[in-house]
Amino acid sequence: MFSKPEKLSVYIDRTITEMNNIGVGSLSIVVIIAVFQGAVTTLQIAYQLISPLIAKPVIGSIVSDSSMLELAPTITCLVLAGKVGSHIASEIGTMRVSEQIDALEVMGINSSGYLALPKIVAGLIMIPLLVIISIFLSNLGGIIAGEASGILTYEEYLQGARESFLPFNLLFSLIKAFTYAFIITSVSAFQGYTTNGGALEVGASSTKAVVYSAVAILFSDYILAQILL
Amino acid sequence: MIELINVSKSFGGVEVLKNVSTKFETGKVNLVIGSSGHGKSVMMKCMVGLLKPTSGNVMYDDRDFTNLEYSQLREVRKEIGMLFQGTALFDSLTVEQNVEFTLKMFTSMTPAERKDRVDFCLEQVEMQGINNKFPAEISGGMKKRVGIARAIALDIKYLFCDEPNSGLDPVTSRVIDELLKSITEEFNITTIINTHDMKTVFDIGDDVIFIYKGKKEWSGKVKDIHSSNNDMLTNFIKASYFD
Repeated sequence: MFSKPEKLSVYIDRTITEMNNIGVGSLSIVVIIAVFQGAVTTLQIAYQLISPLIAKPVIGSIVSDSSMLELAPTITCLVLAGKVGSHIASEIGTMRVSEQIDALEVMGINSSGYLALPKIVAGLIMIPLLVIISIFLSNLGGIIAGEASGILTYEEYLQGARESFLPFNLLFSLIKAFTYAFIITSVSAFQGYTTNGGALEVGASSTKAVVYSAVAILFSDYILAQILL
Repeated sequence: MIELINVSKSFGGVEVLKNVSTKFETGKVNLVIGSSGHGKSVMMKCMVGLLKPTSGNVMYDDRDFTNLEYSQLREVRKEIGMLFQGTALFDSLTVEQNVEFTLKMFTSMTPAERKDRVDFCLEQVEMQGINNKFPAEISGGMKKRVGIARAIALDIKYLFCDEPNSGLDPVTSRVIDELLKSITEEFNITTIINTHDMKTVFDIGDDVIFIYKGKKEWSGKVKDIHSSNNDMLTNFIKASYFD
């Protein structure tokens, strides 16, 4: 897959197209999930921490840290495993069963590189960006929910978020995002590429891509937390 | 010229192609006939490198295709065009982009030169004016023609066609046959066609090889088919007349 591309400009064009598919195509779902994720987390943390002994900014600090360390990268990428992963697997799987991959091979094109590499590179660029957007919007959701429910003001939320902020947490979040991006794109591309049969098998490959990606994400989530925290 | 030397192919211990040796001459329409499931497609896939023979060699003008390095293999593949049974056009690309694909990948042509070449290839198959249509928007016969245009976009030396008439009406089938014959003669290429359509065989065939249960049962000129005393071939021909 990582052999020299036949023509770099074609690969760059394909990578940009995939960046659009993966990044721009997933933006709306990421926005919705991130906002509600932050809002619900704020309400639940507040529910669990109602006590005169606990300062309200603590809620902001917990929500922002949770978003950065776990919710934004992991939940976002689990959703992307479903959306992007199934799309990649079914697209490549359909090409396999309709002999389009054979056609690429007969033409002398490295089909695995041509099909998978632009998707992997695009994923490695766009998924971390989506995670950063998700972190921001998750906090925004938390602020909106805090204000709307009267639990805490946005100043209190931001105070808590600022006080607990560690640059390493953001780095940790990005390390997770890169890892998950590689898992989603490579596992899905592999499942699609190794599809054998017809339409039913394309569906099965798509399902496998989502399930295996999700399991691999959760497993690597644990490993990364164990190693880096 | 393409030569097969004792080519065999097994899947899980089951030998589906048994020691086939034959030659396909340049400038001729070479036909591989036989019933479905008897090894024609496997043989073609071994020839184009989609399957690796279990034993034997495939020679492209004295180049041992089966034992080439990957980079050398890619060079030979640029000389190969293939029309797949289901056409295998790229769904996400327009007709023009499909035909242009190999030009973009393997040549340093300018966009204008590529456009000229695409138009020339589409003209060869009488498919002008559908450049911006997607494969899903054209008929089966048109897809076959575009598939041929894509196959000849580069200056190929070898053209492989797997069941080019499958799923087509008799009139369109004849048009595709004539197209393959004229392209073979005009560009002086080695054309190999898998088929069980005897009308194709008698209309455009030069040399024929009959595959039965994975073995080369008979080979010769089209005109000699009827005088053959091979029972399997005779039965196949008779059955195809009642088809």
